[in-house]
Amino acid sequence: MKNLGLTFFLVGLGLFLSLFFMSDYQLSNEDFKSIVKQEHQESLLPEIANILEKPFSNAISFANAIDHAVNTVNEQMRATQQWDQVIYDNYTASLTRAATKGIITEHPTTLFLLIFGLVIGGGVIFSLAGKNSPPGIKNNGIFFNALNNRGWIGILVGTILIAFYILLYFYDAHIMNWIILVDPLQKWINPSATSSQWFLYGFLYTIAVTVMGVRFIMKYRHSKYQIVRTISVMFFQLALAFLLPEILVRLNQPYFDFKNMWPLDYDFFDAWHINMLTSAGGIGIFMFAWGITLFMVGVPVLVYFFGKRWYCSWVCGCGGLAETAGDPFRQLSDKSLRAWKIERYLIHGVLVFAIVMTGAVLYNFISSTNTIFGLDTYTYLRKPYGFMIGSIFSGVVGTGFYPLMGNRVWCRFGCPLAAYLGFIQRFKSRFRITTNGGQCISCGNCSTYCEMGIDVRWYAQRGQNIIRSSCVGCGVCSSVCPRGVLNLENRDEEGRFVKNSFIE
Amino acid sequence: MKHIVILGNGIAGITAARHIRKLSDHKITVISGESEHFFSRTALMYIYMGHMKYEHTKPYEDWFWRKNNIDLKMGWVEQVDFDRRELQFNNGEAINYDQLILATGSNSNKFGWKGQDLKGVQGLYSLQDLELMEQNTQNIERAVIVGGGLIGVEMAEMLHSRNIPVTYLIRESHFWDIVLPDEEASMIDRHLREHHIDLRTNTELLEIIDDGEGKVKAVKTNDNETIPCQFVGLTVGVHPNINLFKYSTLEIDKGILVDELLKTNLPDVYAIGDCAQLKSPSQYRKSIEAVWYVGRKMGETVAKTICGTPTVYNPGVWFNSAKFFDIEYQTYGSVPPYHSSSFYWEHADGKKAMRIVFNENYEVEGVNFMGLRQRHEVWDRWIRDGKTLQYVMEHLTDAHFDPELFRRHEQEIQSKYNGAFPDHQVTIRKKGFLEKILN
Repeated sequence: MKNLGLTFFLVGLGLFLSLFFMSDYQLSNEDFKSIVKQEHQESLLPEIANILEKPFSNAISFANAIDHAVNTVNEQMRATQQWDQVIYDNYTASLTRAATKGIITEHPTTLFLLIFGLVIGGGVIFSLAGKNSPPGIKNNGIFFNALNNRGWIGILVGTILIAFYILLYFYDAHIMNWIILVDPLQKWINPSATSSQWFLYGFLYTIAVTVMGVRFIMKYRHSKYQIVRTISVMFFQLALAFLLPEILVRLNQPYFDFKNMWPLDYDFFDAWHINMLTSAGGIGIFMFAWGITLFMVGVPVLVYFFGKRWYCSWVCGCGGLAETAGDPFRQLSDKSLRAWKIERYLIHGVLVFAIVMTGAVLYNFISSTNTIFGLDTYTYLRKPYGFMIGSIFSGVVGTGFYPLMGNRVWCRFGCPLAAYLGFIQRFKSRFRITTNGGQCISCGNCSTYCEMGIDVRWYAQRGQNIIRSSCVGCGVCSSVCPRGVLNLENRDEEGRFVKNSFIE
Repeated sequence: MKHIVILGNGIAGITAARHIRKLSDHKITVISGESEHFFSRTALMYIYMGHMKYEHTKPYEDWFWRKNNIDLKMGWVEQVDFDRRELQFNNGEAINYDQLILATGSNSNKFGWKGQDLKGVQGLYSLQDLELMEQNTQNIERAVIVGGGLIGVEMAEMLHSRNIPVTYLIRESHFWDIVLPDEEASMIDRHLREHHIDLRTNTELLEIIDDGEGKVKAVKTNDNETIPCQFVGLTVGVHPNINLFKYSTLEIDKGILVDELLKTNLPDVYAIGDCAQLKSPSQYRKSIEAVWYVGRKMGETVAKTICGTPTVYNPGVWFNSAKFFDIEYQTYGSVPPYHSSSFYWEHADGKKAMRIVFNENYEVEGVNFMGLRQRHEVWDRWIRDGKTLQYVMEHLTDAHFDPELFRRHEQEIQSKYNGAFPDHQVTIRKKGFLEKILN
């Protein structure tokens, strides 16, 4: 069963990856004329003439040829100071899409069903394989495994993930085959839309969360807390992050993820976003108000009663991926005191950066300017934030490094929302992980399996409750504890920090 | 400033070192031949099972010891000259002490079976035992474990995690029934079999058979059955590790004899943890208790005495815990396997149970929990205060420690109690929804 599922999954994954290479690219004259704006056609034609109707065997060389043509034109225009002739439109992706010829353009639906059928079916069969063994902690062999213990499989998976994120964020034309692959689903949800790299990403993300969610539920099926929590993250990813925004767009409403919030959602206060919401009528205004209420009222109130877990390990998309797809890597987070020090500088640094950036963007929006203290806000704040934090940190590093640094790299070192939730959890909350009297045997399972790199044992073995701003309340420390020492609880604030008397 | 030397870096010795450091600026040296740094002995099984690596079992990072000015000395002590206050190492080195704490732990028992020293036959106590077990269990077809106690079931779980078939010989009629009452013990029997452990109760080891090259080939049982195997785990208990002191002036019996201050008969020499034997243990407690918690408590106590506040060892209400494959076990107070009166509840799934032992005045003396987590401080207080069975039944929810959203069993337990003790009924109260989510 297990091997069968794994085989299906790997065949599906192999097909998906090889699809990257499985097209030819030939741009027709008609496509060129229908895609490129009239005013650009004339200047671009001489440079692109040698590309037109010429076959390319891969997307990279084709996309590079288009980029080269556009850049050549732009250099000429700049050299001759014809500023109005410089091309700012990005034609690379749309031209690549039009030029793609091959199995993916002929049988997109068949390929879609085959590949994702194998991946999803294989993943689920693999996950359900152990269903007849008695429920309980299943960590046997984790540190002997080349995937789970930074062995060659882990490094390979990390490399593929990092490459995928770089392509996704910066080279969407290169992964056009994959984008076309999910077009049948995009059309099914919204017939007038065309799939983009973000639709591809959202779909793959949702598959990862749901399929690996099934695996997680099976692995921790002795714990109702883990089952309910995982169903929750699967639901929020599938319904609120993936489907609802697409349905809203189909209904001519703004694309909106109701569970995302500032400062994780760092473009919430961008002028274009505010304008989009406020010009979309009552529902847009509601979305704008909802987004503000969520982080101004929702966060403090819910963190007070339940801890930051209500968001980080029950609702959040990043958390959802970490808890499900990232679970095989949770033991790789660094538990040293040094790592904790780095964590505090980094995450609070990002929070300050997010606040400064958003403040400047809002100031510009209100005052209808583009600069603050003489500096261009977009160039010096908004763009660097989007690139360094939004793309590199949260995506490339945050997920690409799962198999190397554990599954919560972003949540632990980078997420500004986690930092904000953490402040409240640390200073004004009823949530804690209670240490049960003197029962701790310092075995280290809790610390080892803490994805946030908290040295849980350090507290438990001295009879102290665990109250840390970074704790996302996944509950795995409690699940893996062999002596029933740890329990996630919401109780009176009084006595929260008191050390018990069984251990001196 | 005195030089405190601690022999042994297990939980007892290390706790003593840490607390002496907290209370004083004495020079502290901790000696161990087993490992450079303190690790959690109870976690050895998880290294073998691949849940953790050795470094994960170290409760403190390596810089901790230097930062706290605790010297670690790795080496095997060969002899202790108490007159000259000197420890002599097997490499000729020597260390002098002003005060000495002996925390030498235990050794595995062997009862003189034929073949008990063959290759492939071993106990499991030390890091070296674990390394040996790693070698001894490579490419084997079957393992036999002898002895129905905590290390035996750990070993069974370890071997099972590597898909090595296990035959488990237990002399008694149930697993660990010198400690567990029949119902709890039977529950573990069933659970072991559910995990495909070939459990043989009422079966004794007669001899271990040599393959002709000094390795184990099979075992013979008292049923005259020969079970082929390539590994034999001897887990028939432990005894204090006192070989070093057999021919010295140190007063020993089964262990190193200590008074209520944990002092031995020799000046400035103390003994704590597994190796210590109390001359006069308190009520319900044994003279030798080879468990983690006792080592820790003794370490805390001896540190105070050494730092100028003579403190009597007061272990408090007994508690312990374990995990048998997937079933957790917690106990508070005294639950002898044979007792006069107790109230027992078992869940229909056969994996959760609770037993409350009470005296003739219905005062609770001890509790066992299988597959249920319970709050230590609550039971400790109830037992110390002599609360009645009726009282604890009434307040059962206060002691609940299972994770959130787990199915609650208090009402079922209370109903069963009300049926069994109609004269002392308790009211069964259901929590409201808001109460539930806000605790």
